[in-house]
Amino acid sequence: MRPQITYSSPTDRRLTALVRHLADDPFSASLQMDSQNTISPSPTAAFNGDSVFANVVQAPEDPILGVTVAYNKDPSPVKLNLGVGAYRTEEGKPLVLNVVSRAEQMLVNDQSRVKEYLPITGLADFNKLSAKLIFGADSPAIQDNRVATVQCLSGTGSLRVGAEFLARHYHQRTIYIPLPTWGNHPKVLTIAGLSVKYYRYYDPATRGLNFQGLLEDLGSAPSGAIVLLHACAHNPTGVDPTLEQWDQIKQLMRSKGLLPFFDSAYQGFASGSLDADAQPVRLFVADGGECLAAQSYAKNMGLYGERVGALSFVCRTADVASRVESQLKLVIRPMYSNPPLHGASIVATILKDRDMFHEWTIELKAMADRIISMRQQLFDALQSRGTPGDWSHIIKQIGMFTFTGLNTEQVVFMTKEYHIYMTSDGRISMAGLNSKKVPHLADAIHEAVTRIV
Amino acid sequence: MASRNIICRGILSKKSGFGIRSMSSWWGHVEPALKDPILGVTEAFLADPSPNKVNVGVGAYRDDNGKPVVLQCVREAERRIVGKQNMEYLPMGGNVKMVEETLKLAYGENSSLLKEKRIAAVQALSGTGACRLFADFQKRFKPDSEIYIPVPTWSNHHNIWRDAQVPQKTFHYYLPKTKGLDFESLMVDIENAPNGSFFLLHACAHNPTGVDPTEEQWREISHQLKVKGHFPFFDMAYQGFASGDPERDAKAIRIFLEDGHSIGCAQSYAKNMGLYGQRIGCLSVVCQDEKEAVAVKSQLQQIARPMYSNPPVHGAQIVPTILGDPDLKNLWLQEVKGMADRIIGMRTALKENLEKLGSSLSWQHITDQIGMFCYSGLTPEQVDRLTNEFHIYMTRNGRISMAGVTTGNVGYLANAIHEVTKSGSK
Repeated sequence: MRPQITYSSPTDRRLTALVRHLADDPFSASLQMDSQNTISPSPTAAFNGDSVFANVVQAPEDPILGVTVAYNKDPSPVKLNLGVGAYRTEEGKPLVLNVVSRAEQMLVNDQSRVKEYLPITGLADFNKLSAKLIFGADSPAIQDNRVATVQCLSGTGSLRVGAEFLARHYHQRTIYIPLPTWGNHPKVLTIAGLSVKYYRYYDPATRGLNFQGLLEDLGSAPSGAIVLLHACAHNPTGVDPTLEQWDQIKQLMRSKGLLPFFDSAYQGFASGSLDADAQPVRLFVADGGECLAAQSYAKNMGLYGERVGALSFVCRTADVASRVESQLKLVIRPMYSNPPLHGASIVATILKDRDMFHEWTIELKAMADRIISMRQQLFDALQSRGTPGDWSHIIKQIGMFTFTGLNTEQVVFMTKEYHIYMTSDGRISMAGLNSKKVPHLADAIHEAVTRIV
Repeated sequence: MASRNIICRGILSKKSGFGIRSMSSWWGHVEPALKDPILGVTEAFLADPSPNKVNVGVGAYRDDNGKPVVLQCVREAERRIVGKQNMEYLPMGGNVKMVEETLKLAYGENSSLLKEKRIAAVQALSGTGACRLFADFQKRFKPDSEIYIPVPTWSNHHNIWRDAQVPQKTFHYYLPKTKGLDFESLMVDIENAPNGSFFLLHACAHNPTGVDPTEEQWREISHQLKVKGHFPFFDMAYQGFASGDPERDAKAIRIFLEDGHSIGCAQSYAKNMGLYGQRIGCLSVVCQDEKEAVAVKSQLQQIARPMYSNPPVHGAQIVPTILGDPDLKNLWLQEVKGMADRIIGMRTALKENLEKLGSSLSWQHITDQIGMFCYSGLTPEQVDRLTNEFHIYMTRNGRISMAGVTTGNVGYLANAIHEVTKSGSK
């Protein structure tokens, strides 16, 4: 590597630099390229003049968020974005819930409100209400003050803070995650210092749950290992265990001392009922054991970009919960000091007001119902086209996503020929579908499975 | 649905004693963490029932009535925004317009670096988040590097680089004897650091000391850093708050850019736009060309993705609404100047009060120092007395947040300081 700067002696170098500083126009002096002794305006570097970051390669696009990037670039008028899991209306538009708009307007109009820093652990009301939402208002764990809840940046932030805590304070660094799972899970958990292993989950043959495989894999996990569980509406498959299966999972986990870490990103979105969707979590809390739960309000309150979530530790005693909370602060402070104010304020406003809460449950059910209706319509459309294969999984799976079972080639075909965008694992976001687009999608699937096997 | 409810009720009411581990907790060994030295002060203040209590701890601006302030320009921006936007995810790099406006503030509106697209920049979670993204980036791409941190500095700087697992060294900064800059030792430390070291610099209004290099001193610092090939990382949390003029407060950065440094910079709108709890800031890294800037930005995003995926949308929209509108921007500049002027006025008042009380000590540093904080020179024991006897709350390093001083409490504060510092008192 050829140096950009050469010097005859250190003294010359210093003199030249000094002259430059004393010159009237230091900027023009520094641009002189005459003698070998001038310091050229090269980027800060070691003496060879390279940038300190010349070795940085461009990172690949995030596989999920990259889908929307590609979609946005496509000029086709028939394009359809079934990539990222953000809800869309029948008209294909993003939705701000009415109750959220109202809450926001109230907050902005309230001239007495200020923008002071929240505590490190976030908005206290929000934390209490979030714990009640997931664990149930009458949860004994909450009554006993055994739950430590901290506000975090949506589901991602809650998972990251929880994983960092586990890496520091838990005796086991191994976390089992389902195969498949949300693409960002392994990244979050690994960078936090945990070691990721997989347990079987999805059965491609049935497009349902591989329950035997799940039990076997958790059964052979080392005692004390952490287990990541999707509370409901598994992402990306939409395949959830039944309550009976959850009970078996719980018994197995308790017998091996496996630590449950719930990711609840879709409470209320799956079935349309907040309580029903929280049953698996409540099942685990009911037996008095400990667990973690990460909650997100991105989908069920449509607060995506506001980054609103909560991390809860259900502990054995109130004293332990208090100490855990104090240690969580040490994870958060060097990351971002304290969480953002706006979104959490909206959530607290809604959750604490009976009428607004009720209004929310209605709007939430409407979103869930529209998705369920899309599932039915797509299924019916494929049936009527006589598309080969069993497509009943479309109506059996639950939540925002359908794991179609399409392979990568078929996905690429659908994007190229039909301008339909989805992640390469064949996951489609039902929330991005509407009645008008169902025929287009059904045609695309039909052609993909008949042309490419 | 009904049958599912019946089943689940049955399951929940069953006493599932089978299989629960012993009644001990997984977390029994977890020690209670020490309170944050800065944020813990406000907690203690809030818990104090005394009517005379004064909070000069955390650096959040207060008006002359001791009340938090939401800037008029911010209220107006919010009024314009609310109800008009959806809440979709921002890209991982955040609000593009917000980043553009923010870079103009730091680098200058007509910066050639901006025109040439040489700056990799992402929206970050205020200053803390910007520093953390950089620290993680430094660890990933310069794994053998260390960070040189001034003594003293904002306590959270140590936490940030520690959690990013970047080894820390220190450099001389504050000279207790003069309550000013230890310029000579600082220059020696720069010289002695191995070539290509990373240096953390406070762009203006040093926290906690309020001691800033002069323009001439900045030029020498810049030159010496250039000679050694060191990397300058600026934490600029108080642009506009130091002198009242954001352009002037960016002088150090501009000097470095003129000298051809490729800097990194953390910017925060917590104080100068009063957006504290919204967590709005920006991290930028100057690169050698557009291609490198694209690569670096993509890698910064990779660090954000497993931390919080993408940054918050609401506060970010406030920034370009203000800075992109000439009238609102002017209003903002006026309001920033107003805040800075009030603080400068309180510095003068505190110093004069202490002199009137007949204090034999020199309080010149109160008005020499700049920005939100005054490094009083009080010892931890004296600070404890202030808290215990006078219900005055500040960090134990003697740092006073001048933003918490008002015409209403400056006399009380001066009296208390005099009491604990007059000769003979411990």
